[in-house]
Amino acid sequence: MRALKGLSLPHFRSILFILLLLSLEWKAGAQDWVRTGTNLGAARIRLAAADFNPSSADPQTATLKTTFDTTLYSDLNNAGIFDMVSKSMAPPLTPASPQQMNLAAWAAAPANAAMVAFGSFAVNGGQIAVYGWLFDAKNPESPQILGKQYNEAASQDNARLIAHRFADEIITRLGGGIPGIAETHIYFVAARGGNKEIWQMDYDGQGAHAVTHLGTISLSPRVSPNNDRIAFSSLGKQGWSIRMFSLVLGRPVSFNSPAGTTLSPAWSSDGAKLAFSAARSGDPEIFTSDANGGNLKQITTFKGPDVSPTWNPKTNAQIAWCSGRTGLPQIYMMDSDGTSVQRLTDGGYATSPSWSPNGQFLAFAWNRKYGPGAPGGQDIYIMDIASKRWTQLTHDEGRQDFPSWSPDGRHIVFQREKGGGSEIWTMLSDGTEQHRLTQSSGNSMPNWSWK
Amino acid sequence: MRTLQHRHFASLIAVATLTLAAGCHKKAVPPPPPPPPAATSPAPTASITVTPDTISPGGGAVLAWKTSDATDISIDGVGTVNAYGTQNVQPTESTTYHLVARGPGGSTDATARLTVNAAAPPQSTGETIDEQMFEQNVKPAFFDYDSYDIRPDAQTILAQDASFLAAHPTLKVVVGGYCDDRGSAEYNLALGENRANAAKQALVNGGIAPDRIRTVSYGKEKQFCSQANEQCWQLNRRAGFSLDR
Repeated sequence: MRALKGLSLPHFRSILFILLLLSLEWKAGAQDWVRTGTNLGAARIRLAAADFNPSSADPQTATLKTTFDTTLYSDLNNAGIFDMVSKSMAPPLTPASPQQMNLAAWAAAPANAAMVAFGSFAVNGGQIAVYGWLFDAKNPESPQILGKQYNEAASQDNARLIAHRFADEIITRLGGGIPGIAETHIYFVAARGGNKEIWQMDYDGQGAHAVTHLGTISLSPRVSPNNDRIAFSSLGKQGWSIRMFSLVLGRPVSFNSPAGTTLSPAWSSDGAKLAFSAARSGDPEIFTSDANGGNLKQITTFKGPDVSPTWNPKTNAQIAWCSGRTGLPQIYMMDSDGTSVQRLTDGGYATSPSWSPNGQFLAFAWNRKYGPGAPGGQDIYIMDIASKRWTQLTHDEGRQDFPSWSPDGRHIVFQREKGGGSEIWTMLSDGTEQHRLTQSSGNSMPNWSWK
Repeated sequence: MRTLQHRHFASLIAVATLTLAAGCHKKAVPPPPPPPPAATSPAPTASITVTPDTISPGGGAVLAWKTSDATDISIDGVGTVNAYGTQNVQPTESTTYHLVARGPGGSTDATARLTVNAAAPPQSTGETIDEQMFEQNVKPAFFDYDSYDIRPDAQTILAQDASFLAAHPTLKVVVGGYCDDRGSAEYNLALGENRANAAKQALVNGGIAPDRIRTVSYGKEKQFCSQANEQCWQLNRRAGFSLDR
């Protein structure tokens, strides 16, 4: 207090007040802008998903319907834009059709639903038949928003598939026109028995299975924008090359990978071009090529590692990537011909950039206190590119890496290494609602499909 | 008798006129063709190169030559060849390629010398090197955190590695670039590439032919130990060698 003796008390108080105001203002500001552009900040719609009415005597009906009901609820809950009426708050009603729907019961407490999804689920002659409706509880005169029907062969997978489709219809209709992600997939790397292969799972972690069976180390899967191929890098006899796996044909297809270590392929959003790291002369640089590998162009010339490019999917006119040109890796951005290079991170250890679908944000992994001997706290951050302001999304122990945006821009999938094991997690793009998607350990490098 | 005299006289005058004409106006009569000149055809030119100009036993090189104004071109030890071309050669000892080009304008020649390095004397244990002996003599070089610079201790190790490889010139090696398990998989693959190439460059500077050294990055995919301490992390930050079969 000796040093402050010269200041008068009111003067001191006003400085303190200003400092307090600034710190509050900064904190509020850092949270606010994260929400815009994703509908995450818009007031959530209170939605009830009724258990569907079992409308057949077939013995499969009960189990398949349970799968359907659970999946539908989960998809709507995951969307990030609904305040779901929990099943315990919902009236114990299973209306099979609009004639059986009692909207007043759903609109009243404790449900207080603004919207209700309901319908019938039947299994007849080996086929699932679903009729689903979405009703506006605030508009009893003319409540119908959606009326849909679905038919698929009876199986657990198809019970989930129909739920995903219906959920996406609801999400797209009520979520400002951004398509739902319930039918999207996540590609990732699974370490099994000394090798690493590319796997696929539904966006909610269901149905995980191996795609490649190359018996080596394959990394960095990136599915093409039209879902027909996965580009990835794989360790062959002569080193790392970029390979393509056709999801249509179910086997690898040829790709003209340049000589030398080639890594981290990334698709432009029109599927026409790839960017990747290639070390033709021993120093990894960023290259672009056509989707078949032709028209190869080198676009960086920095000493040191250059890797992990990502295109601005809105324009395909910019690429962000990770460069070790000044020492510890930092995130940079340039035009897709290599001009106008800008550095985006100001220190620490920053890697694995992923560009948001609306072109506005980069998600990346950052350890801001990195250095020899430091315990390592690598978290997922997002940065607003125009202002360079960033927000930290994860605060856990362990190492987070390889964030990948969902196509609705509302979710980010990432890798979390904790206690020796590595799993894939998902969260909303404001860092809330983190759930684990995999459980067998050795899972890494997730990539969210474009649709 | 008189007409004969007239005719005779007329032809005499004609001949005389012609002769006079020929004598006064040389231009009017085409000159006889000149004898063939001693050297008006262009002389042939020739050049020949061999790339590289030094090889190890068993290695190959490319002979390249071009000539002009020559109709008969031959290279000693190769035979008659076209006016220009290339040829792969794989001699077992040093050879001088002598090209002779002959043409109507004369002949010329050119030479290129290919040196074949003498093979090292065979080791007392035989020509083959086993893995254990290799590992004892060709040691890994270690790197600082996030660096691919060759430190002084690494430089010493790499110089020793280069000596061993020079003494066993038939050996080929693979240099693996490795990283500790902190940090990001993709970045570490790129850093491992830089490390492998830095070690390769150090060997090349030490006199080892680049075609004997192949590089592979393992990033952090292959670990030599698993403890979370600096000692283990340092052990993983390396350029390591193995025999390339």
